[in-house]
Amino acid sequence: MRNIWTIAWKEFKLYFSTPIFYIISAMVFLFLGVIFYSNIAQIISSASSSSSSGGATDLPGAVMLGPLLTILLFATPAITMRLVAEENSLGTIELMLTAPVRDSELIIGKWLGASLFTSVLVGLTWIYPIFLHAITKPNGIDQGPLVSSYLVLLLLVWALVAVGVCVSAPFKNVTAAFFASLMVSLGLWVSGLGASALSYSGGTGGTSLLGTILQYLDFTSHFYNTAYNGRLDLTDIVFYVSIIVLMLFFATRIIESRRWR
Amino acid sequence: MRILTAYQPPSEGRAIVAGFDVVEESLEVRRRVGYLPETVPLYMDMTVLEYLDFMAALRRLPNADQCVDEAIQRVNLGDRVESYIGNLSKGMKQRVGLAQAVLHKPEVLILDEPTIGLDPVQVVEVRNFIRELGQDHTVLLSTHILSEAQQLCNRVLIINKGHIVAEDRPENLQARLAGAERITIELAGDSDGAVDVISGVKGVLTVEPISDGVFEVEITPGQEIRPAIVRALTRAGQDVVEVHSRGVDLEQIFLELTRSDNKAKGKHQLQKKKKE
Repeated sequence: MRNIWTIAWKEFKLYFSTPIFYIISAMVFLFLGVIFYSNIAQIISSASSSSSSGGATDLPGAVMLGPLLTILLFATPAITMRLVAEENSLGTIELMLTAPVRDSELIIGKWLGASLFTSVLVGLTWIYPIFLHAITKPNGIDQGPLVSSYLVLLLLVWALVAVGVCVSAPFKNVTAAFFASLMVSLGLWVSGLGASALSYSGGTGGTSLLGTILQYLDFTSHFYNTAYNGRLDLTDIVFYVSIIVLMLFFATRIIESRRWR
Repeated sequence: MRILTAYQPPSEGRAIVAGFDVVEESLEVRRRVGYLPETVPLYMDMTVLEYLDFMAALRRLPNADQCVDEAIQRVNLGDRVESYIGNLSKGMKQRVGLAQAVLHKPEVLILDEPTIGLDPVQVVEVRNFIRELGQDHTVLLSTHILSEAQQLCNRVLIINKGHIVAEDRPENLQARLAGAERITIELAGDSDGAVDVISGVKGVLTVEPISDGVFEVEITPGQEIRPAIVRALTRAGQDVVEVHSRGVDLEQIFLELTRSDNKAKGKHQLQKKKKE
């Protein structure tokens, strides 16, 4: 357990001593800021022309959470790409695995470090809802969906980090690790679309086994259908946690595979 | 080396380091071994101190700060502890790698080609350091530089294509091959007929011209026949410029032992072992 924390803390600190943190947070906050501003401006202008009601409930979701999630989809592979791939290319993996550290401790430590880092990044985006709350009159924004969205969003991002750790494990090349994790993350992102495409082409409208699996694997449906609307569903939590466990298990196996290669 | 450090399991057989099996008690082995791989494993974005602190934490050393300080002192890195490893020279990086390997005062130190890619001054430094380490650690080092093995170790293992072809103290290996004592003779001017003159001397086994006027002569060991050769050459009207006894070094032993395989161009590796 102590080894996990030692490795996690080292990875976490390393993000701040390299330019990665500054570049990624600049990217996140620049895009998010622009989208946030334009959405707010749009809402204000439409609100002044027609008095729409009930907009406050999904306000944070509409103006920032959705865009934040999309940005994180691209940012997370950049955060995780070097975790294992760099160890492989520098040869430090040999150092780690000849130190008294278990393979699983190494992987969990790396995941935890990167997850802490992304949590800090996500935590910093709270400035947008706080700002939104301050300018929404008279009662501020509905805080229920906001909190549930943030909780599940964090889980989702941790699952994305686990995907990144796992996919980058067999690579020596950091760029290849980035694109491979992006590909897998995008695949999980749009797998729901694949499921609907299957059901259309089948013509029956029913769901095949593959369709059901693809639908279940859809990363976004476990967020947008429930937590986004203020509902915390245990199945979503189980889904993300099991993705994390599964991915870390596979990553450990990949590291261990040196033994029988 | 990777098997001994519990990085990879042996494909067959067993390996026991410091009394522990590398497969069954791999964590115990790893606690007792210090390892410096051929490509020094360093995190370029960390400072020397951060890196050593991290390694000390991973090894869960009870008095981590003191161990780190001692390791820094031993490799003489005191003035660079705050530098980023990526900015250090090759020799400095090698020292950081060595500091990492001796951090936990391991029973066994495994060094893979520790002087490769260093400049001559750094090579001498690293060799001195290894000699010093040999006083209180068992040092196992692999090298392709045979003179290095000869200088540093008290036990040499020669491995050719995965098999141990020789294992002994360097001086014993030399004695074993003393049967092939060689001298080189250099003549000035026209050296026609010199081969016949030299091979006419009693005790000469073979004569081989190496270049113009230079001959390699294999002689029966234990007999001093160099004066007889010089006299015979002078009588035949040849001017002897140099007579040089080549002795036997590890290079020759190595060639001798792997001669049959030389044509096959296998990768030869010489390992040397220094036992406390």
